[in-house]
Amino acid sequence: MTVQSAIRRRGPLERVLAAHSWVVYLFFYAPIIVLIVFSFNDGRQVSIWQGASLRWYRQMLEDQALLSALRNSLIVAVLSTLVSTVLGTATALAMERFRFRTQRVYDGLLYLPIIVPEVTLAAMMLVFFIQAFDIIGRITGSTPNLSLTTIILSHICFNISFVTVVVRARLAGLDPNLEEAAADLYASRWKAFRRVTLPLIMPGVLGGALLALTMSLDDVVTTSFVSGPGSTTLPVYVFGLVKKGVTPVINAVSVLMLLVSMTLVLGSLVVQQGGGARKARQRKKEAI
Amino acid sequence: MARRGKAALEEAAVVTPDLERSATKAESRRGFLMALPGYAYLIIFFAVPMLIIFVYSFGTRSATGKTILGNWNLESYRRLFDDLVLGIIWRSLWLALATTVICLLVSYPFAYYIATRGPRLRGLLMVLVMIPFWTNFLVRTYAWRLILGRSGPLAAVLGFIGVGEPRLLFTNSAILIGLVYGHLPFMVLPLYASIERLDWSLVEAARDLYANGWKAFGKVTLPLSMPGVVGGTILTFIPCFGAYIEPELLGGAQTMMLGSFIENQYYAVSDWPFGSALSFVIMALMLVGTIVYFRKGGRSA
Amino acid sequence: MKRLTLILAVIALLAAACGDDEGGTTTTEAGTTTTAGSTTSAGPAECALGETDGDLVLYNWTQYIPTGPDAEEAGVTDLLAKFEEEFGVSVTQDYFTSNEELRSKLQAGATGYDVIVPSDYMVSMLITDGLLMELQMDAIPNFANLDPEFINPPFDPEHRYHMPYQWGTTGIGVAWNELPEDFPTSWGLIFDPANPADLGRGQITLLDDAREVLGAALRYLGYSVNSTSETEIQAAADLVKDTLNRGVVATFDSDTFENMLTSGETIIAHGYSGDFFLEFDNLSTDDYDAWEDFGYFVPDEGGVLWVDTMAIPANAPHPCTAHAFINFLLDAENGAELTNYNWYGSPNAAAEEFIWPEILEDPAIYPPPEVMERLEFIADLGEMNALYEQVFTEARG
Repeated sequence: MTVQSAIRRRGPLERVLAAHSWVVYLFFYAPIIVLIVFSFNDGRQVSIWQGASLRWYRQMLEDQALLSALRNSLIVAVLSTLVSTVLGTATALAMERFRFRTQRVYDGLLYLPIIVPEVTLAAMMLVFFIQAFDIIGRITGSTPNLSLTTIILSHICFNISFVTVVVRARLAGLDPNLEEAAADLYASRWKAFRRVTLPLIMPGVLGGALLALTMSLDDVVTTSFVSGPGSTTLPVYVFGLVKKGVTPVINAVSVLMLLVSMTLVLGSLVVQQGGGARKARQRKKEAI
Repeated sequence: MARRGKAALEEAAVVTPDLERSATKAESRRGFLMALPGYAYLIIFFAVPMLIIFVYSFGTRSATGKTILGNWNLESYRRLFDDLVLGIIWRSLWLALATTVICLLVSYPFAYYIATRGPRLRGLLMVLVMIPFWTNFLVRTYAWRLILGRSGPLAAVLGFIGVGEPRLLFTNSAILIGLVYGHLPFMVLPLYASIERLDWSLVEAARDLYANGWKAFGKVTLPLSMPGVVGGTILTFIPCFGAYIEPELLGGAQTMMLGSFIENQYYAVSDWPFGSALSFVIMALMLVGTIVYFRKGGRSA
Repeated sequence: MKRLTLILAVIALLAAACGDDEGGTTTTEAGTTTTAGSTTSAGPAECALGETDGDLVLYNWTQYIPTGPDAEEAGVTDLLAKFEEEFGVSVTQDYFTSNEELRSKLQAGATGYDVIVPSDYMVSMLITDGLLMELQMDAIPNFANLDPEFINPPFDPEHRYHMPYQWGTTGIGVAWNELPEDFPTSWGLIFDPANPADLGRGQITLLDDAREVLGAALRYLGYSVNSTSETEIQAAADLVKDTLNRGVVATFDSDTFENMLTSGETIIAHGYSGDFFLEFDNLSTDDYDAWEDFGYFVPDEGGVLWVDTMAIPANAPHPCTAHAFINFLLDAENGAELTNYNWYGSPNAAAEEFIWPEILEDPAIYPPPEVMERLEFIADLGEMNALYEQVFTEARG
């Protein structure tokens, strides 16, 4: 029973659904189009068209502060995503596949970072770090500073929760028979995990990692609270620009980030397809 | 793994109860150790800070806005019942609810449509959904300011049609549009994941059973996709409730929401005890609400 | 699990309490630690003139000091690069977007900043909190360049902790074409329902600042910006609330009010002088003079005179470089370049010969004496500050 035949019976409804989806896509892309168009605006005004030009792109590439903010953002995002993905996946596996005593409490704890209002999380982290630095300073004599590290540590906090939720969802939907069969096949638990469970949950892990990356790259409130001298990230810098005086440089930056992320995603898709095609060819070979 | 272990253990229990006990303990310990790094991280970097803030909520604000941790009192909690505060909470609640409902109504048919395409097209369509959200969130929200402004494209279009000059920007409606825009993917993703995994043979069977397609939907498809609905509504409602950026950029003179209000307490007013008390109560409410909602709607989106 | 929670609670309490110990006080204040662990400001540093002790970290508002491609476009010297060259150190600039953000960071104990740029009323608050370092006057001989008007201001009477940076006024920016010929140059433009009578919805923006908005209302009602009378303050708040209820105020905005004015979103904007001028100047091209369509004035009833300052945090890692930087900015030519870039008034009398004439001659930037008389600094009112914030939030409800 294919999906296609399940719907084909519902002709007119199908068309309505399609139309609805087009409208939704339009809604998604309207601001993006506005952004892109006005990034080529010659005038300073972000909303009044004054001819086409590349001046903002030129200015963006010369703006040292902006570029260093971009670099900081990428460092923070990549590091926090890596750590939170590993920790989050391990946690998800533990929660879904094992039973241990403090599980229920941990369950609640896991959801808290998502539930806490952003501002509160930010204030919490700031006070915590300052107190911690104070204690460290007393013990070792040198007081650490707010820096990229404190930002990364804060991001990992909420990212663990996001990754765990996504991977758990994936795990919960898996067929347990597959894992049981794997446990019978492979003598070592680790091998069973690596050969069977991990590939099965990989879409979930990647999805969680992607989510964590996005949340980290976009974070403004928490980051601005816990950043120190020289550790401004892109969203915080942009927030400052928005507050002081908007020029289309912001648009140019957004278009740049859009291109980068599009390349990343499309690139990974191509790699996946390539891998899939290769496997298909291999199977064909073996069949013969 | 737990299941396999359990089955084997049940057999073994008859013969060797001690072995059973130590095996269960080993399983349990393995699980605990696996969860430990994440657990420890959240304890150190989340639970402890949260407790510190909790302690703050019983403190007092000094004349210059510093927090005095001495005269423990419940003043901050008492102030939560002021008209002003309740009004702001009510407005935030209302907007979050409206956003969630709109997102749900818009996303379900959308997710359904995508989930019922062929596998390759599905993936592409979902990527197309995600791409806009890879631009900076702040800038995207700011773009709505341009679109909804007096001299923006929307006003131009509406003027062309002849509807006149609507005042959209800096109103509750503008905040609503911004919130819906920002949170649609959080609704679409879980819904899509849930619908995509549906056992279509069940749907087909339902259609055979019920002559009416809508009944089939209501009795089979919708309940089966409920985990997605629950997940999506939680991921949408909670951030909307405490949203800060959208009201700041798109809101007007009399549309203060919870996020801005709390931020105000920590910054301009510098009343950390009050801000902390407010945050805690909100957090507790959300937690209770989520637990209740989960129990009713079922887990695992 | 219960035991774990108990232990955590104890840790948290200890951590909070250990924030500051002064040998057995019954109340502890969080986040007041300086490296010496006291609540008084640090004493003056021991710095020779022009001495540096490391790189400079500046904590400033955005686009407030000419540097990078922005400076080039404005035709002004890159002051940070100039400082780096002259003194052989590197400069990092970080940004904050509000005085309160600055204060929160410092109060929580953040370190690493050498020079900060707080506004006037914030200086007195920071002094009370013990967060500023006393300046060593002989490392800042350019102090002599200052205009007497800005020496020994009420917020730091003995001039021990700050140096003035730039000053300006808060008033009203307008779009000439949208208002009747003889509109009143008064705060009534905002607060008086009769004038102009046909103002549409959302045509006004107000600053997102309790003291500024209430201050404007207070002046309109004939009171002082620094009133300590609860009745007066409440009257001002009620006036604001009535204005909001009329629906003429679009939003509260302290950052993009000038953009909204020039893009046609609003026709009346409550805002800071320099922001308006910069915007009008940027908008003007060879063919178009923005000053024909837009303008700025200080209302007849008077208003706020503010000055942004340079100060050194008590825990600054490089106090000597900080002193050198402050002295550098008080130099006549450098001070002039600041004004030429951000179009605010310079407190530096010696700088006047290097400031562009169109700025010096503009009465909106350098108001005549009779207007200056009606302007007030916003003063730190101690406990009263909270009341202003409270009634402001309530009025916005």
